[in-house]
Amino acid sequence: MTSLLNRKASGLSYSPTRPAWKEKPSLLYSGLKVLIVVVVTACIGLPVLVVFATSFADNQQIIQSGGYVLWPTHPNLDAYRTLFSGNLMIRALGVSAFITVVGTAIALFVTILLAYATSRPVLFGRPVVLAVLFTMLFSAGIIPMYLMIKQLGLIDSLWSLILPGALGGFNFVVMRSFFMNIPGELIESARIDGASDWKILWTMVLPLSKAVTAVVGLFYAVGIWNSFFNALLYLNDTAKWPVQVVLRSYVLQGKSMAADQLGVAVHAQPQSLQMAVVVVALVPILLVYPFLQRHFTKGVITGAVKG
Amino acid sequence: MSPTTRQETLETSAPAAEAGPMNARGETASRRRGRASRSKSPAQSKTHAVPFKVRWRRDWQMVLMMVPGVLVMLLFAYIPILGNVIAFQDYQPYLTVFEAPFVGVEKFVGLFDDPAFLDAFRNTMVLAVTQLVLFFPVPIILALVVDSLSPRRIRNVFQSIVYLPHFLSWVLVITFFQEFLGGAGFINNMLKLMGMGSIPFMTDPTTFPLMATIQLVWKDAGWAMIIFLAALSTVDVSLYEAAAADGAGRWRRLWHVTLPALRPVIILLLILRIGDILSVGFEQFILQRDNVGPGAAEVLDTYVYYSGVIGGDWSAGAAAGLAKGVISALLIWGANSLAHKFGEAGLFQKKVG
Repeated sequence: MTSLLNRKASGLSYSPTRPAWKEKPSLLYSGLKVLIVVVVTACIGLPVLVVFATSFADNQQIIQSGGYVLWPTHPNLDAYRTLFSGNLMIRALGVSAFITVVGTAIALFVTILLAYATSRPVLFGRPVVLAVLFTMLFSAGIIPMYLMIKQLGLIDSLWSLILPGALGGFNFVVMRSFFMNIPGELIESARIDGASDWKILWTMVLPLSKAVTAVVGLFYAVGIWNSFFNALLYLNDTAKWPVQVVLRSYVLQGKSMAADQLGVAVHAQPQSLQMAVVVVALVPILLVYPFLQRHFTKGVITGAVKG
Repeated sequence: MSPTTRQETLETSAPAAEAGPMNARGETASRRRGRASRSKSPAQSKTHAVPFKVRWRRDWQMVLMMVPGVLVMLLFAYIPILGNVIAFQDYQPYLTVFEAPFVGVEKFVGLFDDPAFLDAFRNTMVLAVTQLVLFFPVPIILALVVDSLSPRRIRNVFQSIVYLPHFLSWVLVITFFQEFLGGAGFINNMLKLMGMGSIPFMTDPTTFPLMATIQLVWKDAGWAMIIFLAALSTVDVSLYEAAAADGAGRWRRLWHVTLPALRPVIILLLILRIGDILSVGFEQFILQRDNVGPGAAEVLDTYVYYSGVIGGDWSAGAAAGLAKGVISALLIWGANSLAHKFGEAGLFQKKVG
């Protein structure tokens, strides 16, 4: 027990930080560790930094430095002004925001209801859980899914990006294992007081499950925001493209953003304009990431370890 | 039927406690399932002991709550699974699934005459093996490093940084790689400024499996580390202490204490990976297929898309997809039973419980 406490304490700044049995930190190993940390951080941080810096840089600097800058000497918002003066990006952002918000709400609704209902030993509970787990093991495949969406008349409809993902197997498992840990006495007492299952869920279970709901909701939101292939598959109408597909077409494939799409003649250096598109796709993730990160380690681990 | 089960059955059907039995059964049933997962007779016989009408009157609200989820599942998972019949038909878009002529396994056999399919299969295997060898150890090493990082704050900041790429879309990740390593990217521009030739990191088919694995490491190695970190935090420190008292150095402790503690997790993830060996990722390859060429970047999933949706041979695409799905499911099943044989916890036992 004392050693356990020691280990907990070893992370804190006060001494003694090192248990008696441990070797003194050697220069070699510490150096190696620092090297790994620095290299990994640079590998992840540098691309993000360069993209941001280039999107704010002015043309002259971009040309001089060969296309990319590490730090804008004369930061300006020209690229963003150009980008948002036309309706291409605004429309794409609108589409992405719509499918993310509505999709997350619907997915949470569906998942919470199913996870709660099957977290108690009720009629049809086990077969339904097994059915969900089976979908995690075996998916229908791209072509039958496409035909199904077509059959439902959802081709070129934004609902094709929302409805098929409304029940994620992993998110269901995480929610359900959380609900299973809510003591049954609590629910039983409410039932004795005459509350309906619906009321128990909304007034008792959900307030207890704010953290896990937040995590699962953010997982859904990030997943929908990031989804690219579904849009490519189901949407032929370029006016309905979400941000990811726009990013792919105009940055990765290098299609030029025509003046008519932007509404104005393109006067910013395309490079900074492209980087501005990348930033637009990146920023929402960076904004929700701190919230996500605060909760997910707990949520994911409890879910993953319990299974 | 054991006496205890009989007891519970009576208790459950007692009319006085309409809500009570739910809880009592919830607690005990889940416990028992966790302990003895193979013997399912108690739970099942109990289910049948309560009359359906009684259970319905008690549970109908909960069953109602399942309806949206079940509907989504039926529409977007199970009916499409049935839609796989077109793999056995000569499907054309102007026909319905019921009108298309039945051709048996012709489409499956035809796959093996299609060089594009054989390419896709070979590429998938090459990529999967490369990933298994080069990706799999990275999160373990990373977890060991992070676990030993000493100031708490540095450790937390570092963790936040390495988890981040997991939440970026593949489009963004490939864009980053393109901006950095592409023909007109950061590194090649630097090389040009220094008067050297450019290196085709992103478009060389021969090194593509390596490149794809590096991309995967960049995106997901940090995320994959979480589960190893969780396992590391449960290791009893007195084991390290005892080993050190017996004269074990840090490598010996790593080998004899840390790695055995990680073994169940490693086996579990290996199973998952092997069962998933036919899916090496989809968006990652569809995004790069045009630049690298289908010879190296076509995998089974992209083959399904290009031969079916783009090429118009819907049945062949569905056949490839179905074959892949069935083989994958069987692989996971097989790997899981193998793990049980070796006395490891495996996968399903945990999930269902």
